[in-house]
Amino acid sequence: MQRTSDQASDTKRWGAGALVFAALAMVGGMSNAYVISLLTIVLLFTFLGQSWNLMLGIGGQLSIGHALFVGIGAYAVAILNIKYGVTPWIGLLLGAVIAGFVGAVLAWLSFRFEVRGIYFALLTIAAAEFARIMFGGWDYVGGMQGLFYQAPSGTMDLGMLRGDARFYYFVALALAAIGVAGTELISRSYWGYVWRAMRDDDEAARALGVRTFRHKVLVVSISAATAAIGGGVLGLVQGAIFPDSIMGMAISVDVLIGPVVGGLGTAFGPLVGSMAAIPLHHAMGALGDSLGLPGLNSVAYGAVLILVVWFLPDGIWPAIVRLYGAIQLPARGRISQLRKAEE
Amino acid sequence: MLSLWLNVIAGGVLIGLVYGLVALGLTIIFGVMRVVNFAHGEMVVFGIYIGYWTVRIWDAPIFLAAAVAAVVMFVFGYLLETLVVKRFVNRPHHYQFIVFIGLSLLFSGVLLMSFGPDPRPTASQLSFQTVSVGPLTLDWARIQAAATAGLLIAALGAYLKYSAFGRSLRGAANNRLGGLVVGLNIPRVYAVTFGIGAACAGVAGALISPLFDAQPYLAVDFTLLAFVTVIVGGLGSFGGALLGGLTIGVAEAIAALMFTPSMKTALPYALLIIILILRPRGFFGAKDI
Repeated sequence: MQRTSDQASDTKRWGAGALVFAALAMVGGMSNAYVISLLTIVLLFTFLGQSWNLMLGIGGQLSIGHALFVGIGAYAVAILNIKYGVTPWIGLLLGAVIAGFVGAVLAWLSFRFEVRGIYFALLTIAAAEFARIMFGGWDYVGGMQGLFYQAPSGTMDLGMLRGDARFYYFVALALAAIGVAGTELISRSYWGYVWRAMRDDDEAARALGVRTFRHKVLVVSISAATAAIGGGVLGLVQGAIFPDSIMGMAISVDVLIGPVVGGLGTAFGPLVGSMAAIPLHHAMGALGDSLGLPGLNSVAYGAVLILVVWFLPDGIWPAIVRLYGAIQLPARGRISQLRKAEE
Repeated sequence: MLSLWLNVIAGGVLIGLVYGLVALGLTIIFGVMRVVNFAHGEMVVFGIYIGYWTVRIWDAPIFLAAAVAAVVMFVFGYLLETLVVKRFVNRPHHYQFIVFIGLSLLFSGVLLMSFGPDPRPTASQLSFQTVSVGPLTLDWARIQAAATAGLLIAALGAYLKYSAFGRSLRGAANNRLGGLVVGLNIPRVYAVTFGIGAACAGVAGALISPLFDAQPYLAVDFTLLAFVTVIVGGLGSFGGALLGGLTIGVAEAIAALMFTPSMKTALPYALLIIILILRPRGFFGAKDI
């Protein structure tokens, strides 16, 4: 009985996810250029948010320097493509490998003496800033002047990942779908259970025979590698990369705002959060420009972060699920919905 | 050549004392409340703007600017703690961090809105005066800043060690529950602690206002600098913050002399990574974070 109801709600979840992405694909087919470029960024940051979410929401390790991995991915793709004409696919792969290795080294450095929590978070941000300054002073990668992609010719070329804005919209949509489905699959896999166990209680997980040190390095490394893939595509979409824009603190904040606002540790949270936060940020930026108040978007971001943690600490998505559950399923179903919301 | 090195190192020590004061604010807040103030750099920048107004506009001496910054920022920190931070003290670390990132964005946005993105030079005739002591030629502004910072650090240390409030503050830092049991007014201790931390940042900002142009974008750099200083010394350690500040100040000065100027900004992070490899909890870090 329980089994079938789980399977039914499973099908519903996957079905709902497929519907959302089908709707987004239709939006991409119909909308104007502004909506498309905005949604491309939203979807890319959904994917990046998933990568960050994997690390904190499921693995329990806080990173505030995700820009490091984003930047490594962007530079790997850009250097190979611009300097040597290599297809971005190789660059994405190489960037993921390098970022995964860097992430593993950082995690190893930090966790080997059980230094965790704040020290790890501060190490990530120090590493990101160090890399940003180093890249800024490194002529081979363009220094502060950055690297520029050739202007797209407008013809779609999947092998070289070049195309118009609509093409990149669908690339971003595919990445976001992979991110959401991947998070769902990983959180139900053996690794997902192990990571949540060590997130909730490290010592208890170890007592049950989980080698938490290894798993922490693994989760950080996977998160870093996926962030690099997102970063590589972000660089292609933006058409140019500079150390300050692709490795700066602003990227680290943009990466975490989606999952925090949407719902930490959930598969759909980063999508919902990015949908809510990034358009708000752009709108406030435009409003601030027209009013001559340059800091307005930053104030809006800050206020949203504080208010969400204050009043909706689980994020928007679990609140929606809870509301829906309370209306739809009195008594029995509510508990399982709540449990879903917590995951 | 030797006198050049001596000059550079002395300059590093002087600015290092001010860094120490910034880091002290961060470490006091962390040591007592176990929260990391990610908006610390913004508080330093508030201090720089206070210095800008008092020194540049009213032509007041730097000591007065420091006093104004201390009072204003103490009240600011006290209010911020009672109105906002208080609600998040017992939440998990990552929630606190996100709230403080939010506060930092909010403050830097407010700074941008009120003062605009353009740097405002605070340079007065003070910035160009020098003093010669033997082979050393030192900035008068730096000497004043360092002397004030050093005095304040000593006074704060004595206050925390010998006064009744200092004892209750240290008690709350050692054992929050124990403090509650013996009747400490923990909410008040926390609010005052946050006020002191903010005041340290503000005073440091006012003191260096003749050396740095007032500009909102400086905030991130100061936040990160304070983090690095505090981690090098050990989070939550009073002496560690001071030693960390001196280390960073001297290392920065030497790096600027030996390598390119961009190395000067990168060096603290490199130092941090090295320290974390060799001594993961800094020089005097607490065991349990």
